[in-house]
Amino acid sequence: MSTATDTTTPAVDTTPAASPEPEARSGPSRWVLVVAVVVGWVLLWLVVRGQDTLQLAGRERTDVMRWLGEFRDGVIASRDTNALVAFTGAVGEGIRTLFGELQQVFSLPAFPRPVPQIGWLGVVALATWAGTAVANLRIAVLVAVTFVSYGVLGYWEQGIDLLLVTGLSVAAVVVIGMPLAVAVGTSRRARAVITPVLDAMQTMPTFVYLLPVVLFFGIGVSSAIVCTLVYALPPLIRIGGYGISAVSTSAIEATDSTGQTSWQRLRKVQLPLARTTIVVGLNQSTMAALSMAIIASYVDGPGLGEPVLSALIRNDVGASLVPGLLIVLTAIMLDRATTAASERAELAARGRGLRGRARTVVLGVGGVVVLVCVYLSRTYLPLAAWPETSLGRDLADTLDSATDAVVGVLGGAGEALRNAISYGLLNPMQSLLAESPWWLAASALVLVSAALGGLRAVVPTVVFGTGILLLGLWHSTMLTLTMVLVATVLVMVIALVLGVWMARSRRVDLLLRPLLDAGQTIPAFCYLIPVLALFGFGRFAAIAAAIVYAAPAAIKLVADGVRAVPETTLEASRSTGTTSWQEITQVQLPMARGSLALAANQGLLYVLAMIVIGGLVGAQALGYDVVLGFSRSEEWGLGAAAGITIVLLGLMLDRVARAAADRTGGRVDARSRFTLPRRLSPTRT
Amino acid sequence: MTATDARPTPDATGRTGGAGLEVRDLWKIFGPKADRIIGTPDAELSRADLKAKTGCVVGVKDVSFDVAPGEVFVVMGLSGSGKSTLVRCLTRLIEPTHGTVRIGDDEVTSCSESQLRELRRHQVSMVFQHFGLLPHKQVIDNVAYGLEVRGMSKKERRAKAGEVVDLVGLSGYETSYPDQLSGGMQQRVGLARALAGDPSMLLFDEPFSALDPLIRRDMQNEVIRLHREVGKTMVFITHDLAEALKLGDRIMILRDGEVVQVGTPDEVVGAPADDYVADFTSDVPRSHVLTLKWVMRPPRPDDSSEGPVMSSSTIVREAAQAALASDHPVRVVDDGELVGIVDDDAILRVVVAEQAPPSARQGSGERR
Repeated sequence: MSTATDTTTPAVDTTPAASPEPEARSGPSRWVLVVAVVVGWVLLWLVVRGQDTLQLAGRERTDVMRWLGEFRDGVIASRDTNALVAFTGAVGEGIRTLFGELQQVFSLPAFPRPVPQIGWLGVVALATWAGTAVANLRIAVLVAVTFVSYGVLGYWEQGIDLLLVTGLSVAAVVVIGMPLAVAVGTSRRARAVITPVLDAMQTMPTFVYLLPVVLFFGIGVSSAIVCTLVYALPPLIRIGGYGISAVSTSAIEATDSTGQTSWQRLRKVQLPLARTTIVVGLNQSTMAALSMAIIASYVDGPGLGEPVLSALIRNDVGASLVPGLLIVLTAIMLDRATTAASERAELAARGRGLRGRARTVVLGVGGVVVLVCVYLSRTYLPLAAWPETSLGRDLADTLDSATDAVVGVLGGAGEALRNAISYGLLNPMQSLLAESPWWLAASALVLVSAALGGLRAVVPTVVFGTGILLLGLWHSTMLTLTMVLVATVLVMVIALVLGVWMARSRRVDLLLRPLLDAGQTIPAFCYLIPVLALFGFGRFAAIAAAIVYAAPAAIKLVADGVRAVPETTLEASRSTGTTSWQEITQVQLPMARGSLALAANQGLLYVLAMIVIGGLVGAQALGYDVVLGFSRSEEWGLGAAAGITIVLLGLMLDRVARAAADRTGGRVDARSRFTLPRRLSPTRT
Repeated sequence: MTATDARPTPDATGRTGGAGLEVRDLWKIFGPKADRIIGTPDAELSRADLKAKTGCVVGVKDVSFDVAPGEVFVVMGLSGSGKSTLVRCLTRLIEPTHGTVRIGDDEVTSCSESQLRELRRHQVSMVFQHFGLLPHKQVIDNVAYGLEVRGMSKKERRAKAGEVVDLVGLSGYETSYPDQLSGGMQQRVGLARALAGDPSMLLFDEPFSALDPLIRRDMQNEVIRLHREVGKTMVFITHDLAEALKLGDRIMILRDGEVVQVGTPDEVVGAPADDYVADFTSDVPRSHVLTLKWVMRPPRPDDSSEGPVMSSSTIVREAAQAALASDHPVRVVDDGELVGIVDDDAILRVVVAEQAPPSARQGSGERR
């Protein structure tokens, strides 16, 4: 292992392979072709609209759905005979037991006690101490504030449960993910096997994991943890693996020459040198876990997602505001704590900051205080159970009236925007896509993808499109597709305007970037709340949420891409006397097309994930079918079919977008799509 | 072109802490199915032709040489000549495609993994061009790394590393981190790390190329001093001829992975094996390298017997003053026997005119 490092190529013949030129564009532009297809489509649509739309009548179910339903029944029935099902069932049971035990320690009354084993004072003290230990005193204060807010506002149990779900999942992510990250970082073969799996996992909308996981692990916390684990795994493997593989070869070679074993190399060289990157991966995984743990409230996962979800289902914005706010606070706490932990790791390695004896003393004294607090909270009831306060209700009322005031001011504008987009874009597109006969819509989609991405786009369109057709949810798919396309177009418009602006003005960048960072930290689910307040129940709320969710990433990608255009090129163009508009359209955007393609691709996937979740707030279509599958066991087949359809739709959109991007000359390579989280992304200063 | 005429250990202290090195028929070919090329007619192709035909690149081509215990053996060549690949093959940091390497009593090329680790831990250490220090460890722990890998206790290895830190002149910087040090000092850490394990052989891969000229000169003197003090066998890779001439007991010149010449510094300068070497050495101040052996003429019966007596291995520059001061020509005597005569003219030709033999002057392009 430690010997043959044949990767060192001799220092000869380093002529770089000529970079492939983008295909020469001849004939009419792609967009002319697309427009031609659409015009033809509209003309035919005028004649045949309303026929063969494959819309399912109320309770009508196809054979595929019935078959999926039977499959589910079979799985449930085979609990005692099928080893796999028995195993997953046992794992689910184990998770439920473990979680129950932890709840009794921290959040639920531990019979016969009227309160948990450790009362709130003890838990707050423990958490604050942990914040000091992994990060610093400022983080400790943030942790204390967050925990106290849970209690004071009346969401103690849900807040702690959410952290327990997130924490258990992240622990499992580390146990499972670190060995895989090491494999990805040290073995080319392992990377070749694991990377495509991660790609697929990250292309899939979060929502889709839920149904199969529930089937195998049972409803409730077991499924919540498994889903969260699966969703949070890829960032750590990817980023950690990248960090390990990026360790300087000269350090590895030099230490190999001392005769270290491969285990020593890993433990003493690769892991320490990759530590900062690994912790960034852990940060990303933690945020993903939090986001998914909230969505898992759809399958009765415990935590703060639950009150938000039930309020949203009742269309009661007021009741969702306080728990929504607490989720945001939790996200900020986890993000800052893991970031500070990575910085502390750096400082500690340098021997700076609070260290050695001083640190030991602070933590030791703190530990004693924690023990005292735990003891007190076990002894005195007021220190164990939060006193009833009206603070939570008061805050909810205040927020509710504030929201009403804001909606009162903005409502008119919101309504105007909604109507403009609904009547100008959404309705016409929806009638074209969904009211065309399936054969017309399908052929038109194939032609459009051919015009955009050539054969590489046609093949996935045909394959995945056929799959969608066979699953029997064509009409719903067209509705979802309409929303996805409209939202993506709007995201790209916003991303282009703001991204270019940020790239051209330092001040705008300084102003917007922190907001965008914060926007990427907040779990997706929370966006539904303000959007619902502003636009009301309906598909437009889902579109707006999707835009808010997808825009930060897209804006930053565009801004970074445009900023990366070399200053010398800009100077050269200015010296010829271009206007700002010409500079943007002739130089900056064409040279940043790789980033634009990446932004569109990312935007598309983010939008799809959110539109599906938005099925709940009136977006209907596929997302709603999935929710129906969760909530009624006799509709499981429908939900599963909708879930698979969403996956196929996502794959189709992703492949077409990538093929189109490649043709433009802007490659969307998988690594830049996923490895670079916001803190590693190349930002030029 | 194998050089078995290894000179005896030159260090005056007589300490021989070194092991010998024996390299036979060593090949390294990068690329798919590289091992099938050796022994076929393809192996005789030039590097470019082989690349075009098979996609493989020759790094080291049929190299054989010996290094005596305690000797400083310099491998030199331009970038791409395969010298860095060669030195990595010696401890199998790069796995050779073919051939044998023997260090002391161990045949490196047939070692098992664990034997190889033992060899790297105890016998051979290496110093790298880009230092290869661990940024998260203090200087003292970087130096002690090889000992740590062996499983030595922290106290013991730090004590031992402390001695070596003093030896390379880094006292006072034990608790610094590598990025707080200048390039020259970082390389001292690299040197100390290599010395800490008390190996019998040191390998240097262009250790001073990344340093500025003054620091480089200091470090070269440091290596000469250390060699005198510890007497290790050294294999030193460089692309700098002046460095090679200054440090090397013998020099091996590589081109495109092949050995062009092996010899002492004065042999390389005085009798270049081909135009490539001649071209290479044409800028060298010859009086600093050549010995009287290269300028003397056979004695004639009528030569004066009163001139100063010197040995044939005296460097011309060192002989010049005494020779010119005397009215009589220098008498070159080895082992009591008169082997040649050096006139003032011969000395002046080298010192003043720096006149190269005609063959060495052809195509005096600027190579370096």
